[in-house]
Amino acid sequence: MLKRLLTTAGFILASLAMGPAAAAIDLPIVFLTRAEEPRLPLSFVDPVVEDPGVWGARLAIKDNQTTGGFLGHNYELVEVVVPAGADIAAVFAEQIAAGGRLFIADLARDDLLVIAQHPEAANTLIFNGRVADDDLRRTTCFPQVFHTALSRAMRADALVQFLVWKKWTELFILAGSTEGDQAYAEAIRRAARKFGAEIVAEDSYAYSPIARRTDSGHIQVQSQMPLATQAADDDYDVLIAIDENEIFGEYLPFNSYAARPVAGTHGLVPMSWHRVQEQWGSTQIQRRFTEVAGRWMEERDYAAWLGVRALGEAVTRTNGGDVVALRAYLRSADFALGGFKGVGLSFRPWNQQMRQPVLLVNKRVLVSVSPQAGFLHQRTPLDSLGFDEPETDCALQ
Amino acid sequence: MPMRPGLKRSLATFACATALAFPAEAMTIYVSNEKGNSISVIDGDSLEVTDTVEVGNRPRGIALGKDHRFLYICASDDDHIQVMDTESLEVVGTLPSGPDPELLVISPDGKRLYVANEDDNLVTVIDLESGTKVAEIPVGVEPEGMGVSPDGKTIVNTSETTNMAHFIDADTFEITGNVLVDQRPRIAEFTADGAEVWVSAEIGGTVSVIDAESLEIKKKISFSVPGLQPEALQPVGVRILKDRSKAFVALGPANRVAVIDAQSYEVTDYVLVGQRVWQLELSPDETQLFSSNGVSNDITLIDVERERARKSIPVGSYPWGIAIKP
Repeated sequence: MLKRLLTTAGFILASLAMGPAAAAIDLPIVFLTRAEEPRLPLSFVDPVVEDPGVWGARLAIKDNQTTGGFLGHNYELVEVVVPAGADIAAVFAEQIAAGGRLFIADLARDDLLVIAQHPEAANTLIFNGRVADDDLRRTTCFPQVFHTALSRAMRADALVQFLVWKKWTELFILAGSTEGDQAYAEAIRRAARKFGAEIVAEDSYAYSPIARRTDSGHIQVQSQMPLATQAADDDYDVLIAIDENEIFGEYLPFNSYAARPVAGTHGLVPMSWHRVQEQWGSTQIQRRFTEVAGRWMEERDYAAWLGVRALGEAVTRTNGGDVVALRAYLRSADFALGGFKGVGLSFRPWNQQMRQPVLLVNKRVLVSVSPQAGFLHQRTPLDSLGFDEPETDCALQ
Repeated sequence: MPMRPGLKRSLATFACATALAFPAEAMTIYVSNEKGNSISVIDGDSLEVTDTVEVGNRPRGIALGKDHRFLYICASDDDHIQVMDTESLEVVGTLPSGPDPELLVISPDGKRLYVANEDDNLVTVIDLESGTKVAEIPVGVEPEGMGVSPDGKTIVNTSETTNMAHFIDADTFEITGNVLVDQRPRIAEFTADGAEVWVSAEIGGTVSVIDAESLEIKKKISFSVPGLQPEALQPVGVRILKDRSKAFVALGPANRVAVIDAQSYEVTDYVLVGQRVWQLELSPDETQLFSSNGVSNDITLIDVERERARKSIPVGSYPWGIAIKP
């Protein structure tokens, strides 16, 4: 309470000190998500994450408000949870009618496409904080959509760069059968071609969702996983586990047929953010986040934080809320956002994907961060991750 | 052992130059080791570590009090400031600081200590005589750099996420102005005449020279090193000679210290030091500059006049702050 009073006093003092400033600007930012059942991790150590995404936006709006307090920019977060089964197009139109122009989309692919293709979307900015699909960076790009979520290609490139740096270049992919798993496997194949690794074997793991809690689960796991990982005998370096839906990946480390490390969606995991990250001043954001949210910051939180902060930075520098001006600034070479990963983050103009280092974590400690030393690029090493300009059909202007 | 005459001569010249450049003085250099939880104490003559003092968790910013008797240490993970006696090399007390103190500065009259608390968006003012907190000043998100004007009347704080330099009246604790600078401002350093404040922006890659009267940015200094990606040039530590002939800026992962003509603001040279160079400190006579090299676990001595690295001294793990006692 005292803290809040002090802060308010600070704002008043600050605005007094700045003298007669320009008229205040109101900047509502709409956080759009859909009510969903939380995903249960296989491990009981991993928490079931409540309200992923929105807490990142809430923290970022506070950060923006502090800065805005000095400049006469009034940020407000409008939180909208679309009920399961409800029409998102109608909700989106309602928000636009109410004056919403700036959106953080914590949405699955289908919902994101509906709002991106909505006839009234033209004069909006939408920040995708969740969908990793590569086609949205390569073939199907929208001028008003920016991506703060990692693409699968960025994850795969980050991981394979590290494996190549380790000289662990012979990879065995064991992938689940969902569309997402198949897309991730393709991203790994592409990364292997790009950086000189080799896929020496591939197998798929057919499964149906299973209970994570059984009285003697390990007995079957201990015999099933070696069978599932026999396709490559022991003629490979790293087992690439691809299981985006938490059905078998967690069981692979120490249960593979051959004694090999596991990486991919489990084992060593390429991520945009994780609690283990404490470098580059991130102690502060990790603490601030835990203080407001009562839990760790997850990838969707980080992506939402980046979206709200990117908007804040663009508003601060352009001193206004005009969508056209904001978009131009976000796409420009002048834009750089501090995202606690040691370098300024920016957007690739051709597909509006945020350039960012990718953490490689084993969920206990930070193992490495890609891009790896030696993977050069004429523009920035960050562009060695994901689809580069000549590799995409997107040429957003 | 026979020596080639040429080599002998150049060695002799070197020795001579060294003697001229570095007159004997009994200075002591203190270096905080962020991961080592210690302070390395270095003898200024022998340039060797003479003591390693165990201190609190994650020591970062350090500063000496006015009479150089006490070294004040931000023990970031202990949420307080430790006071080390520079004679006995013992931690003799702690001061309140609020959570996660990172950088501190002491007023020119030696009476007050100003510290930035990153977690709470506050600058805390501590009275050194009573050891009590006298004020908390709300500033931008993640306050970090602290500077104080030579006359003691103005405090400048930088906030890393808000990207501003906040000018604060040291009597009323009111913010008198906010200057928007580039991303992630780290250090605010006044010139000795109080006319300018230099603010380094780590992610923005620039140093903004702010007119302390008008609060206008009169020059933005950029850096460029052939063969290095622009994002590797991350300015952090700043030191300016009293006569404003030269300034030095530590460039982080570029592993270099930039030398700047502080009159024309032109970058004149880059001195290669150790890896991930964080902070800088000048010897009292301004003939020597020391850089803390975070990743290579050493500090580098730079000859200020010749603008050359002379010696690297191994210290503890992840050296961070430097303070020098005459």
